[in-house]
Amino acid sequence: MDVLSLLSILFVLGGLFFFATATIGLLRFPDFFARLHATGKGDTLAVFLCLIGLAFHEGISLTGLKIVFIAVFMFLAQPTATHAISRAGIKSGLQYWKKKEDSE
Amino acid sequence: MNGFFLVVGLILCFLVFLVLYRVIFGPGVFNRIAAISAIGTKTLIILLIMGFLYNRVEMFVDISMVYALLNFIGCIAAAKYLEMEK
Repeated sequence: MDVLSLLSILFVLGGLFFFATATIGLLRFPDFFARLHATGKGDTLAVFLCLIGLAFHEGISLTGLKIVFIAVFMFLAQPTATHAISRAGIKSGLQYWKKKEDSE
Repeated sequence: MNGFFLVVGLILCFLVFLVLYRVIFGPGVFNRIAAISAIGTKTLIILLIMGFLYNRVEMFVDISMVYALLNFIGCIAAAKYLEMEK
């Protein structure tokens, strides 16, 4: 097993770890903004790591270049989409989550 | 290497089913949009891994790119529409 395969496996496994943590955050956090905080950052880093790992596996070619382009595009697009959703949520009046003793 | 990609793809499919809980039961429409966006990013990786498994990655990478663009545009459009809804 050469170095590129090892790097590819490491990057894809890192991306898989961040996908898992983002999914757990999306399922377990108490309100909309906290869930968005989990998926917005976790999924961005995870998709970046996975795509870079797959590009290492593909090697230098047009396909690898396209994979790197998708990675850069997702790195720009995912925070923008998260920002748009959270701004729509604020403007349509979603309530923030508070601790029980704070709300009393 | 193909076995590794197969395992990664299966784990990602399992995670998609976990996120599908938030799409079905999530309170309100914004939770559903956020969860669908998360499913879209996972599907992107699953498509590329399918390309590597079938040895047709030069075809699947274009599908994956279009999927990323559609996911982004759909997310923005839904956010804009629901923002005007109020």
